[in-house]
Amino acid sequence: MSTRPAPRGTTTPRLDVERLRADFPILERRVHGKPLAYLDNAATSQKPRQVIEAVERCYREYNSNIHRGVHTLSMEATAEYEAARGRIRQFIGAASDREIVFTRGTTEAINLVAQSWARSRLKAGDEILITTMEHHSNIVPWQMVCAQTGAKLKVAPIDGRGELIMEEFTRLLSPATRLVAVAHVSNALGTINPVAELARLAKQHGALVLVDGAQAVPHLPVDVRELGCDFYAFSGHKLFGPTGIGVLWGREALLEDMPPWQGGGDMIKAVTFERTVYNDLPHKFEAGTPDISGAIGLGAAVQYVQAAGLDAIAAWEHELLHYATGAALTVRGLRIIGTAPEKCGVLSFVLDFIHPHDLGTILDHEGVAVRTGHHCAMPVMDRFGIPATARASFAFYNTRAEVDRLISGIEKAREVFA
Amino acid sequence: MFDVKDLYQEIIVDHNRSPRNFGALADADRTLEGYNPLCGDRLNLYLKLDGGRIADLRFDGSGCAISVASASLMTEAMKGRSIDEAKQLFESFHALVTGNRAAADASQLGKLAALAGVRDYPARVKCATLCWHTLNSALAGAHTPVSTE
Repeated sequence: MSTRPAPRGTTTPRLDVERLRADFPILERRVHGKPLAYLDNAATSQKPRQVIEAVERCYREYNSNIHRGVHTLSMEATAEYEAARGRIRQFIGAASDREIVFTRGTTEAINLVAQSWARSRLKAGDEILITTMEHHSNIVPWQMVCAQTGAKLKVAPIDGRGELIMEEFTRLLSPATRLVAVAHVSNALGTINPVAELARLAKQHGALVLVDGAQAVPHLPVDVRELGCDFYAFSGHKLFGPTGIGVLWGREALLEDMPPWQGGGDMIKAVTFERTVYNDLPHKFEAGTPDISGAIGLGAAVQYVQAAGLDAIAAWEHELLHYATGAALTVRGLRIIGTAPEKCGVLSFVLDFIHPHDLGTILDHEGVAVRTGHHCAMPVMDRFGIPATARASFAFYNTRAEVDRLISGIEKAREVFA
Repeated sequence: MFDVKDLYQEIIVDHNRSPRNFGALADADRTLEGYNPLCGDRLNLYLKLDGGRIADLRFDGSGCAISVASASLMTEAMKGRSIDEAKQLFESFHALVTGNRAAADASQLGKLAALAGVRDYPARVKCATLCWHTLNSALAGAHTPVSTE
């Protein structure tokens, strides 16, 4: 999606935003006496009743542990849990259910690759290449594994619009590069990275590619095989699913070769004190009782998003971002941080008359929820020489009227501070 | 329901726009940094002591209106006080912004009472207290930067 007018595909149906909004009970809430305008979707998204009901049904009707019992409830729970895995496999275009590992979220998925793949393979002289726009969760796990292995962390810079500088990225790639770890969409700036092209370049040097897809899967159609990456990580809670559940997709041959990360129940076939035989994929990476209801809720979320249609979602969010960007540019003293031509629905900005935190408090009084701060991307703030931004981030259920309330909230802040 | 103007009173807006005692103090005895990593507020405090009294106190840095106004009002309120008085005022101010009305000595607080509205905003209490914790540490002779986290 870009800030240019949306391409008008003949086959993309228009999203019925009002009908979809009715599925989200929380959107009826009032905050400080005003209707909630929830514009903090990059932090977490709201849940449709289809997801809430799927989680509730799990606990009301068939709650049981999975992969264990011969009793009816356990078989039902196992079937629902594995059906959710299948839905997610299909959602991201993976080749097999064995490639879908449930984790606690994107952070745990990245840590899994760092501690299983990278820690067991990297050594001094090897390099991991990331970018300036990464979320802390795609920086710190690599710093940790570099300290453990002697590998080096390299950082590809971004330009003043928040776009990756391709020449610099290419220059930093070398035969020493073992892994490229990059965000599909930047949480702080909204920039969409050309992941397929980055993967193609990385492959020329034999490097693997991990994509942090946390901010992409709720907004864009994603096909992991088309992207040509090796690992793809995302969270359920940003995708209208529950918190505490996420996914690591990895190529089967790679996952097969990787040592388990955590040991425990469910990840083994046989245990004696002399020798333990690990379970097959993906269970090898799912030690202990997983977040069963969370996985089932995420399966329901994926179904919901697919029914709404990701092409239609992307088109509407594009339109909304275009509208919001235009409206923001009419505000005196407002500077948008992140103006890449290819952008998702993130509007990060600073104002010359008010600090983001004061703005956040005043907007909250207007019922408008935005994030203020460094967005877990401190190097991005350093790059732009600012301590913090205010960030409005959109989901498909947001409306132009909510954008208008954001803008009038900013004008109200001007009155307080004028 | 709170009115946002209870938080952003005229005096706070004024001290944010024109902070008093702003800028480095060339002959400071002690300089200490206060940092709130959650929001990026960063203040430097410059302290000059004279026989157990705060002879001069200045600050610079950047932060939200609450943290800048609090620092500005604090430097005004603290000048000339003994270290013991400064500690008492710290306790009283802390009680004020955390909603402990009984322990907040209104007679001592003066203009600082304008920051009372912060107690209704738990997420903002650290903004108001950053400079105060920094001063407290500086008076205790600390050299390592103060962090709210």
